Amino acid sequence: MTAPIQKSAAKTKAAQQVVTGNRLIDGVVVYLDAAGGWTEKIQDARVAEGADDLEDAVATGKEGEKNRIVVEAYPIDVTRGPDGLRPVRIREKIRAEGPTVRMDLARPVGA
Amino acid sequence: MYRYDEFDHDFVQARTAQFADQVERRLSGELTEEQFRPLRLMNGLYLQLHAYMLRIAVPYGTLSSKQMRMLAHVGRTYDRNYGHFTTRQNLQFNWPTLKDVPAILRDLASVEMHALQTSGNCIRNVTTDHFAGAAADEVADPRPYCEILRQWSSIHPEFSYLPRKFKIAVIASPKDRAAMQFHDIGLELKRNDAGETGFAVFVGGGLGRTPMIGHRVRDFLPEEDLLAYVEAIMRVYNLHGRRDNKYKARIKILVHETGAEEIARQIEAEFAEVRKTDLLRLPEDEIARIQAYFQPPALPEKPARSSAFEAAKADSRAFAAFAQNNVSAHKAAGYGIVTVSLKPIGGIPGDATDAQMDVVADLADRFSQSEIRVSHEQNLVLPHVALDDVPALYAELKAHGLETGNAGLVTDIIACPGLDYCALANARSINIAQDLSNRFGSAEKQAEIGELKIKISGCINACGHHHAGHIGILGVDKRGEEVYQVTLGGSGDETAAVGALVGPGFTGEEIGGAIETVVDTYLKLRERPDETFLAAVRRLGQKPFKEALYGAA
Repeated sequence: MTAPIQKSAAKTKAAQQVVTGNRLIDGVVVYLDAAGGWTEKIQDARVAEGADDLEDAVATGKEGEKNRIVVEAYPIDVTRGPDGLRPVRIREKIRAEGPTVRMDLARPVGA
Repeated sequence: MYRYDEFDHDFVQARTAQFADQVERRLSGELTEEQFRPLRLMNGLYLQLHAYMLRIAVPYGTLSSKQMRMLAHVGRTYDRNYGHFTTRQNLQFNWPTLKDVPAILRDLASVEMHALQTSGNCIRNVTTDHFAGAAADEVADPRPYCEILRQWSSIHPEFSYLPRKFKIAVIASPKDRAAMQFHDIGLELKRNDAGETGFAVFVGGGLGRTPMIGHRVRDFLPEEDLLAYVEAIMRVYNLHGRRDNKYKARIKILVHETGAEEIARQIEAEFAEVRKTDLLRLPEDEIARIQAYFQPPALPEKPARSSAFEAAKADSRAFAAFAQNNVSAHKAAGYGIVTVSLKPIGGIPGDATDAQMDVVADLADRFSQSEIRVSHEQNLVLPHVALDDVPALYAELKAHGLETGNAGLVTDIIACPGLDYCALANARSINIAQDLSNRFGSAEKQAEIGELKIKISGCINACGHHHAGHIGILGVDKRGEEVYQVTLGGSGDETAAVGALVGPGFTGEEIGGAIETVVDTYLKLRERPDETFLAAVRRLGQKPFKEALYGAA
């Protein structure tokens, strides 16, 4: 059974979104950046503001699927705080930061 | 142990090469993800939150020391130095890269292992009693029948695209240690009054969204008809199981909607058809041929009582607790079955490091005829240990953090990977298990509470078997917050029962205290120290626990 994509951006009204996916070759969590590439750091992600911008970012993300860089690109809600960008939903926080029960495997996410 | 014959060897090699080609075609763009996904799932490869996850089959939970060493090697070479033993007696690696998977499968194939049918809508790994082949109370070793089912079901062309996944368990003792009645098909090996071997057959059990206990459709099926009867069940399911709604596609729903009596009638009718050809009748010599692979090891004779074992118990309370909880009765006098707990206090249920896997392999060579079992309760088992050797084994386990003497106790918690890893999960489960383990972790507290099985799932799919927990905990997502529902009175043993929801859920911060309240209520109300938690819940009902948790209505 495969995971249903949690399209959190469609469910809530957060002001900002980023596009994420898992890298095809190794499954690592990555985010679309402003240059159209993919980064492991959420702080370097392209932040889409408004519906048109998000649509464009998602379309670029889908190109990443076609180009075999990522699997299942989708948008997520984020907020910007003192520590930089953070996903809104817990599922995406855990994807961004690593398993909460293995701090030795945590991903650095600070600004 | 079963050894691959030429067919098995060639088949696994061919599938490994085939999947390597499929990975290459995916990476080159020849296959889209949509095309590749069913292929990777057929080879046990999922994409989870952080990475790919490879689920490796451990048929009926039996491993040799050589195979365990290979799992350690894979964890060390291709993953992050640990693996996770599952409630289907399998092993999952959480971090393999797609490009490495063909090499991993090649390495596994070199020790007769693979990842086939660990995913997808097919017949999954057949599970059994983790004490199989050693238990004092078994009628016979159930594993030859598991192996016969494995051979029959592997890439069975008729049953490779079932309405939904399909799980079979086989037990051979009156004591059910494999949650048999919660399987699509449950088989209980038994002997009739004439001393003939056969099976009681249960159909339509399962956990997940709609938990159900299997219905007994045959009290005694002669062993020669095992495959014909199981094939008849599969045909009825394949023909009539729902394909319009995956949440209603398991055989338990078909049995529920059709009625157990009518399903039994359909199975018998199909069975009569299957038998006409005689193709699936199991010849005695073929059963004997498979049984020969599972002959009990030649254990040197020992007196029933071991003075070294008794002296060590008298010397050390920790060892005495280990002996009481983790050493079970063996069919041979002077031997015991040793459970190696993968539930250290505050640890992650079912996780083992590559170094620990190597240690268990070494200890299996030294003390247990090179044999290891994986339990559905996410522990490891050394099945053939001389009682004289248990003190030395314990000392070695202790040197590697594997000596926790908590099998069957409150800290021997089943927990699925939950939202820390799993793409299907709604809430975390490991952190809740760790919290509870720490709260109840003192040896005195655990001894006072006695047998209590807590099982935690991070979503309704119930990989953590929460419905079958004496205390079950289900994590759900309530408006973006992790909330935990509590069920009481479930059981996966021969008195199988689905736990009942006790009331509104608790937050992650509250759930530990809530479970302490439940346990304290039990300790206060039990009639005597040997009235188990489950027995007390069955006697008292939910009321006193509800009142303790939520106040009197």
